[in-house]
Amino acid sequence: MTTGTAPTTGTTMNRHKIGMLFFIGSEIFFFLTLLSSYAYLSGAFGNMPRTNLAVPRTFIFSLFLFSSSLTIWFAERSFHARRYGAYRLWMLLTIALGLTFLTGQGIEYTELIRHGVTLNYDVFASAFFTLTGFHGLHVITGLIMLGTLTGMSFAGKLGPENESAVASLAYYWHFVDAVWVAVFSVAYLIFV
Amino acid sequence: MAQKSIAASPEPADPHELPFPPLNRGWGWLAWFSTTDHKKIGVLYMVTSLFFFGVGGIEALLIRLQLAAPNARVLTPQEYDAIFTMHGTTMIFLVVMPIFIGLANFMVPLMVGARDVAFPRLNALGYWVFLLGGIVIYLALFTGSLANAGWFSYAPLSESAFSSRPGLDYWIVGLIETGVGTIGAAVNLLVTVVRYRAPGLTWWRLPLFVWMMFITSLLILFALTPLNAGLIMLLGDRILHMHFFRANAMGGSAILWQHIFWFFGHPEVYIMALPAFGIISEVIPVFSRKPIFGYKFVAGSGIAIGLLSFAVWAHHMFAVGLGVPLNAAFGATSMLIAVPTGVKIFNWSTTMFQGRLRLDTPLLFAAAFIIQFVIGGITGVMFAAVPLDWALTDSYFVVAHFHYVLFGGSMFALWAGMYYWFPKLTGRMMDNRMGKWHFWLAVVGFNMTFFVQHILGIMGMARRTYTYPDLPGYFALNLISTIGAFILAAAVLVFLWNLVWSFRHGEVAGDNPWDAWTLEWATTSPPPEHNFDRLPPVRSARPLFDLAHPDIADHVPSPAEGHA
Repeated sequence: MTTGTAPTTGTTMNRHKIGMLFFIGSEIFFFLTLLSSYAYLSGAFGNMPRTNLAVPRTFIFSLFLFSSSLTIWFAERSFHARRYGAYRLWMLLTIALGLTFLTGQGIEYTELIRHGVTLNYDVFASAFFTLTGFHGLHVITGLIMLGTLTGMSFAGKLGPENESAVASLAYYWHFVDAVWVAVFSVAYLIFV
Repeated sequence: MAQKSIAASPEPADPHELPFPPLNRGWGWLAWFSTTDHKKIGVLYMVTSLFFFGVGGIEALLIRLQLAAPNARVLTPQEYDAIFTMHGTTMIFLVVMPIFIGLANFMVPLMVGARDVAFPRLNALGYWVFLLGGIVIYLALFTGSLANAGWFSYAPLSESAFSSRPGLDYWIVGLIETGVGTIGAAVNLLVTVVRYRAPGLTWWRLPLFVWMMFITSLLILFALTPLNAGLIMLLGDRILHMHFFRANAMGGSAILWQHIFWFFGHPEVYIMALPAFGIISEVIPVFSRKPIFGYKFVAGSGIAIGLLSFAVWAHHMFAVGLGVPLNAAFGATSMLIAVPTGVKIFNWSTTMFQGRLRLDTPLLFAAAFIIQFVIGGITGVMFAAVPLDWALTDSYFVVAHFHYVLFGGSMFALWAGMYYWFPKLTGRMMDNRMGKWHFWLAVVGFNMTFFVQHILGIMGMARRTYTYPDLPGYFALNLISTIGAFILAAAVLVFLWNLVWSFRHGEVAGDNPWDAWTLEWATTSPPPEHNFDRLPPVRSARPLFDLAHPDIADHVPSPAEGHA
């Protein structure tokens, strides 16, 4: 794992990567708003009785998402080394990990809804579903992009000229991952 | 250091790095719908904004007609609420922001010597999504209602319990769309400036308009997503019966909406002011025949304003009752932001001092900008003092203050920029005689409309109220204000006629009619689709000056660039 074509990043970052970084900067402020609103409203969370969030289970599902940052890093390395078979394998694994995480979210949502905690139940439900829901939408968007690049690779249409797309998607995926660290900390550990 | 960034910013050789080729050859007028050319998209933004400027202006005249006399019945209270809401929304989101973005779209790639913006198709998408948003906001007319909770849409008034008609929902969705489009434009401008500067065009040689648009674009990135998050929550409250801003037993906080809105809202003020600072920083040196005084201070104070603008939002909320420590802290930061703004005023006036002033229309508007913006700035500092704010908040003093900043400031700067760059856009000069008529009518009309509102505010006249009682002085001052508004409308008509007339019959401009110094004047007027046939060498902030006067060039060669 030590060799491979030197990536062209560094002094001459191309427009896609710079653009993705600015976009992520904008997105950070979107999630900061949702996160601080969650914290701001949390004082009234006890007003209505409700079931507790499943912290240990969600933590385990979070591990799947966290490890997908590692697998996409391996995917990127394989891509730079032009070992496209390995690239596709790591990408499929990343998608599987993302889907597993979403399954965990699905279980959480189902349980809350089964206990009557829906969007308009109380301010906790509004804040929780909005915060985690928008993160989930970002995961789904990421999965669509992962699937697109993987599909292109299977069709033989992904080569060294697509380096910036591969790298920009990795930026985005790491960002979605980092957002979950903040969301999990705020919603499951601090303001419960 | 400077040499390093020269090496890092040439036009890239990798074909995948080049912007997409234009898609619109030979489509006639339909090309306007499919274009990805930054110049055409810039013109689309500006024409759209001028249209909405007409709409917002008619709304303003309706407001002034209703307020011309006490207890008037030109508009019903409901109509008045909708019209002042739409006036603010239109002028801010559909006029001032997009017209600056349009101007930047046209000018920034030219000023940095690029062929196009970094993402031409994203650029087109940004414009069309913005336009969709503007249309959606007004589409509410077909439901028989318009947004009517003010441009700030304070909760709980904006909640469905108090504003049950759908106009506000259209307003929310439309604003989310204009926000998305604007973020696309901002990402584009940022990457263009980072990646597509001409060889030799280092950061400290960038035209100041480019500097200010760069900072503005960062503010757009970091301020508009919080607004969109807040709008989504408000829409959730209204449509899905969620509880974010509804203060009831389920929790929820109306004050949270104010925090979110003004966290966006104050940077927004600078999103509308920094581009104006940029235009003024281009116009004043050229028409004073001197380089700008303290270039780095103009750029640096812009950065300081950008940073501080995120730390002052609660000065819009002094009347809420956040408590003395918070009020004092936000009062202090708000006063602090006057410092970098004041620095700029000194930069401009010192540039003019002992310059060989050319009193063409752009300089007239720039000079009026400085004076009027200072007045708006001074009343702004007054509001940073909490007790004064408590005395004057929600009165016409506030209305006078922000119109001095946004109309006397931003709009006058925009006019300066329009007269300055119109030759580059169209190849023809705007008519100077009509320009003078426009200028004097605008100065008289603007100050007549809004100066008296300071007095009305101190007398206690409440804003956001459809009429007022016949108290001593109220009628006379309001009538003066209304007459001023119609003089201002006449000025706008002269301006629009000047645009149309000059577009057809104006004097042919040539490449560089003002004898200006920045790169956009190095190409033809209007520029060809690919912008430049060849770029002059850039060795200072005034490449065209160096070219014309090699003996007294700004550029002092350093040993490191002996080859240049």
